[in-house]
Amino acid sequence: MEWVNVVVQGTLLGGLYALFAAGLSLIFGVMRLVNIAHGDLIVLGAYLGLSVTTVLGLHPLLALILVVPVMAGFGYVLQRGILNQTLGKDILPPLLVTFGLSVIIQNTLLETYSADPQKMNAGALETASVSAGGLSVGLLPLLTFGTAIAVIATLQWIFYRTALGRAFRATSDNPEIAQLMGLNRRHIFGLAMALALGVTAIAGIMLGIRTSFDPSIGGGRLIFGFEAVIIGGLGNLWGTLAGGVILGVAQTIGAKIDPGWQLLAGHLAFLIILALRPNGLFPRIDG
Amino acid sequence: MPDPLLSLCGLDAFYGDFQALYGVDLQVAQGEVLAIIGANGAGKTTLMRSISSLTRNRAEMVRYRGENIGALRADEVAARGIALVPEGRQLFPSLSVEENLIIGGQIGRKGPWSLPAIYTLFPILQERRHQQSTSLSGGQQQMVAIGRALMANPNLILFDEISLGLAPIIIKDIYAALPGIIGEGMSALIVEQDITKALAVSSRFYCLQEGRVSLEGASATVAREEISRAYFGVA
Repeated sequence: MEWVNVVVQGTLLGGLYALFAAGLSLIFGVMRLVNIAHGDLIVLGAYLGLSVTTVLGLHPLLALILVVPVMAGFGYVLQRGILNQTLGKDILPPLLVTFGLSVIIQNTLLETYSADPQKMNAGALETASVSAGGLSVGLLPLLTFGTAIAVIATLQWIFYRTALGRAFRATSDNPEIAQLMGLNRRHIFGLAMALALGVTAIAGIMLGIRTSFDPSIGGGRLIFGFEAVIIGGLGNLWGTLAGGVILGVAQTIGAKIDPGWQLLAGHLAFLIILALRPNGLFPRIDG
Repeated sequence: MPDPLLSLCGLDAFYGDFQALYGVDLQVAQGEVLAIIGANGAGKTTLMRSISSLTRNRAEMVRYRGENIGALRADEVAARGIALVPEGRQLFPSLSVEENLIIGGQIGRKGPWSLPAIYTLFPILQERRHQQSTSLSGGQQQMVAIGRALMANPNLILFDEISLGLAPIIIKDIYAALPGIIGEGMSALIVEQDITKALAVSSRFYCLQEGRVSLEGASATVAREEISRAYFGVA
């Protein structure tokens, strides 16, 4: 029973990692952009949530109504203003520019909010739990996991059932020919980044309710996000969820054996999968 | 010629650092079918890319319906009614056959072409509409590429090497369908290596040689020796 509990908790933790990873996966899938600043953008989302909750006195989950559109708008401007200029045959410029962006975000957060750890107050939600068959599961992790599923299902629907998703896929397949369909690649990329940062805002708020955060933790979230994307297979959104779950379960199993092994166990699981299946478990199949 | 639909005025175009076109002058009238012939490397594909703005030029070098479009982005040119069937088809592999067609029509121009019209023209595509575009045969893929361009209801359609890499029987089918495609008041520019085919479907032709127009004239009356001379640059 103890081990079942470990796996269940790990699975739910994986929901949070899948939220970290979804935006990363989307951006890479549409424009082959590796966003080093992704972790810091998650933390930025958490801090924006903190500001909204302290200034307006809203519940963190209600803060999403404001933070998601603000982050999405920021994403569009960021993409059109800066990141589009870095995209091309060379993969180095986007890496360098997003690395710089990561430094800028971290230091801006440090200046604005100080280095003290912060936390959002979600009231009773933080401690509420449901019990079933001898297992006790926190409501918040359950809600996070449900959110991850909903986010990925929505992204999947946008990608495969809407005109916007068609434009994303076409632009990703062949940016030049997509222009002949009247698609302005810069605008499409802007929309993709807006969508990705909207998801990132959700990830940031879920993170900020669950644990305390400070401006320096972005890098760690980036690594978890990357690992989830790569375990699941690049460009496959459901695979990203599976990758998050595998990472979460590996971490809780590691922590169960020895609390110091949590992160190491996650990284080992990642390395093993990378060694055995370099393309991830569920790579996107296309022609 | 009264007010051409498209005119190129002294078009210089580059392929990377290499100049591929030198001062090309060309006119397409409303409803006219023009053939562009020339050897490999003569600049035919660069010409297509320049008209559709995949290669950007100086604004006044490409004039379309009284507007200088040479410096516009490719999506802006597409929105004005110029569609390209690119060399090598270039379908979107992660889109199904039907999605490839739909995305061609996303530009939202009104006209005779719609999904049902494309399926009437190429019934096989309706059967295959949910398949990945890459699972089709070369000829069927070419039909999708043509359908995708038609879905935009263009005024001017550019065909770049539509018979390249296809079996002769398929080429025959596609050329048999061409009059029905172009007959809707559309103008067309056809780039083709097969000179006989190109001359048969066009009213006028331009021959390119090393980036310059070496010969132009009426397709029906041109002498073969004249073409060989213009094509290869030998007497």
